[in-house]
Amino acid sequence: MSNTLEIKNLNVSIGDKQILKDFSLTVPKGEVHAIMGPNGTGKSTLAKAMAGHPDYEVTSGEVIIDGENIMELEADERSREGLFLAFQYPMEIPGVTIANFIRAALNARLPDDEELNAPDYYKALYAKMDMLKIDRKFTSRSVNDGFSGGEKKRCEILQMAMLEPKYAVLDETDSGLDIDALKIVAEGVNSMRGENLGALVITHYQRLLDYIVPDVVHVMYDGRIVKSGPKELALELESKGYEWVKELAGEVAAS
Amino acid sequence: MVTPNEEIEVDREKGNFRFQEEHKYDAGVGLTEKTIDYICDVKGEPDWIRDFRKRALKVFESKPMPTNWATKDLDNIDFDVIRYYLAGDNRAKKSWDDVPDDVKETFERLGIPENERKFLAGVEAQFDSEAAYSNIKESVGKQGVIFMGSTEGLMKHPELFKKWFGKVIPTGDNKFSALNSACFSGGSFIYVPPGVKVSHPLQAYFRINAENFGQFERTLIIADEGSEVTYMEGCTAPKFDTATLHSAVVELVAMPGAKIEYVTVQNWASNVYNLVTKRAIAHEGATVKWIDCNIGSRLTMKYPGVVLKGKEARGEVLSIALANDGQHQDTGAKMIHAADNTTSNIISKSISVGEGRSTYRGQVHMPKNLKGCKNNTECDALLINENSRTDTYPAITVRGNKNAVQHEASVSKVSAEQIFYMQQRGLSEGEAMSLSVNGFVNDLTRQFPMEYSVELKRLIELEMEGSVG
Ligand SMILES: Nc1ncnc2c1ncn2[C@@H]1O[C@H](COP(=O)(O)OP(=O)(O)OP(=O)(O)O)[C@@H](O)[C@H]1O
Ligand SMILES: [Mg+2]
Repeated sequence: MSNTLEIKNLNVSIGDKQILKDFSLTVPKGEVHAIMGPNGTGKSTLAKAMAGHPDYEVTSGEVIIDGENIMELEADERSREGLFLAFQYPMEIPGVTIANFIRAALNARLPDDEELNAPDYYKALYAKMDMLKIDRKFTSRSVNDGFSGGEKKRCEILQMAMLEPKYAVLDETDSGLDIDALKIVAEGVNSMRGENLGALVITHYQRLLDYIVPDVVHVMYDGRIVKSGPKELALELESKGYEWVKELAGEVAAS
Repeated sequence: MVTPNEEIEVDREKGNFRFQEEHKYDAGVGLTEKTIDYICDVKGEPDWIRDFRKRALKVFESKPMPTNWATKDLDNIDFDVIRYYLAGDNRAKKSWDDVPDDVKETFERLGIPENERKFLAGVEAQFDSEAAYSNIKESVGKQGVIFMGSTEGLMKHPELFKKWFGKVIPTGDNKFSALNSACFSGGSFIYVPPGVKVSHPLQAYFRINAENFGQFERTLIIADEGSEVTYMEGCTAPKFDTATLHSAVVELVAMPGAKIEYVTVQNWASNVYNLVTKRAIAHEGATVKWIDCNIGSRLTMKYPGVVLKGKEARGEVLSIALANDGQHQDTGAKMIHAADNTTSNIISKSISVGEGRSTYRGQVHMPKNLKGCKNNTECDALLINENSRTDTYPAITVRGNKNAVQHEASVSKVSAEQIFYMQQRGLSEGEAMSLSVNGFVNDLTRQFPMEYSVELKRLIELEMEGSVG
């Protein structure tokens, strides 16, 4: 199907340990899906395996963007195909300024003989920074280097806003954000919502979902989705915890 | 002539080619007294040089390889298969029209656009042993500046030449300075009269262009009282199958109050041994700055130095070394404080990629009878992937308590996780690495002449693209 992000029967291992077990999920463009699940369930593994991290061995399965299977592509090619990952733990890149980094990423999307127009680029960059209430001085700071936890997360969303992906996976973008920052980031994400973006939001807390209201909520346990439902499912999880999910997991695994 | 906003576009990758060689003069392989006689006869050199060379040959033969402290890879140099002198035409060319067509073609291949040919007037390019093209002489000559090949210099200006030649770096300084002293050809001789500030950087491009042929340039620059000069050298080498030896000697003399800046950006093929001795003497109130960027080669050994001979003299070495797979960059700096209130500054950045290896050797010497001397040394190493290695051997001898020394060293890594992060944003592995490397050297390259920092950036990109499997 075109205009969807399809994850089909994905099996992923790290070393000898299988983390994702026949994981399947479909996110149509224009929708926001949330994934919730206890620590160590494989949420970040899913995100990184989709993005093509070399440590994660995909033993079988497909990830299909708008009809094209991207599993044979390098990580950078997947990015240029329109897949964006906001990392749970963004890396620090000393010496490389935010402005240069994002410019290089945008240039990588242009044909060899084309270069970004510098004034237009800065105009766009400043507009997005203003939207996310990031001080313009940050353009000359090294990517994530010495940033506070919240600043790192905002910087991830800034990159997303500049790169305009077709599909984005946000891995615990809310962690480390104070209440005000959470609202700002959520507003940023909401402003990108629309028919050109499909998003998968990984979170532990309802709080984020109050601001970024999901179309569907999935509950993940032990490497697979065990329950999917409307946004109210998140509230149910919050009140009941994950104990009841374990039982569900047993049923799903047995079926 | 080069001004900061009119850069010469030289694509170093295009150094990877070679024309059919035709040499009028060829001293054959190996180095003996006969080779030296051949060189002297062809060049028509005076007897004092012949004697100087022959004495140097004895010193070269008597000195062991410095493998007690340096890499054993030096033992793989086979001196008997090297050609010590080759020349096509040993008269320097005056105008573009005189330049042989194949030489012109080489410039073309180096990527210098037609409409920038006029800049070549500022380029002294060494093809094989002799300068094949030069013409800037005339323009700087009006200021009384002497700018010519070293052979021409020693013949036309023996009084100036003899006074300093081999005095900054004596023949016996090390085995390779002795080798150079025995068989040198090419390189530049520059004299800047008192008070003259040379407005444009003087340039030299060197290439190695014959198999098994070592290049032994000899450069001597004298900046007289209160004068100022910048000299830039750049190298591209075609890639050969057999090892090639490059062993230059560069001597700088900064008279009281003079300023010399010597800039090198070298990109050697990965089979070249690049064993260079560079040293300056800085008299009272003089400043000498070495900017040295080494990319490529099988082994580079180079420790530019400044002897701070007069009060308030200042010496500086800013260096960048990039060691890729199979390469070893053994570089550093020497600061010899020999007068009160002298200052020195060393900033060294090394990058090791894959199996590449970088070594930093620094020597700072401050005897205890001196006061008010200062040294600042900063060594930063960047490792890209865990196989690469870096070693630092800083030797700082400071005696007495009236001097100040500051030393900082850091080692950082570009991890696979950082590369992945950048790839996730759409950069290829090579682009990700070159972005990190350029980020690492950025604060240093900002201090370089503009066209050189642009070129260095491009070189790093090419090198990183090439290092991805
Ligand atoms: N590089 C790795 N090497 C070894 N084990 C790993 C690696 N990455 C993840 N794991 C393991 O895989 C399992 C799933 O980890 P993952 O990070 O995907 O969980 P998560 O659902 O994102 O958890 P959290 O909610 O705490 O972020 C965990 O047991 C974890 O220890
Ligand atoms: Mg996680």
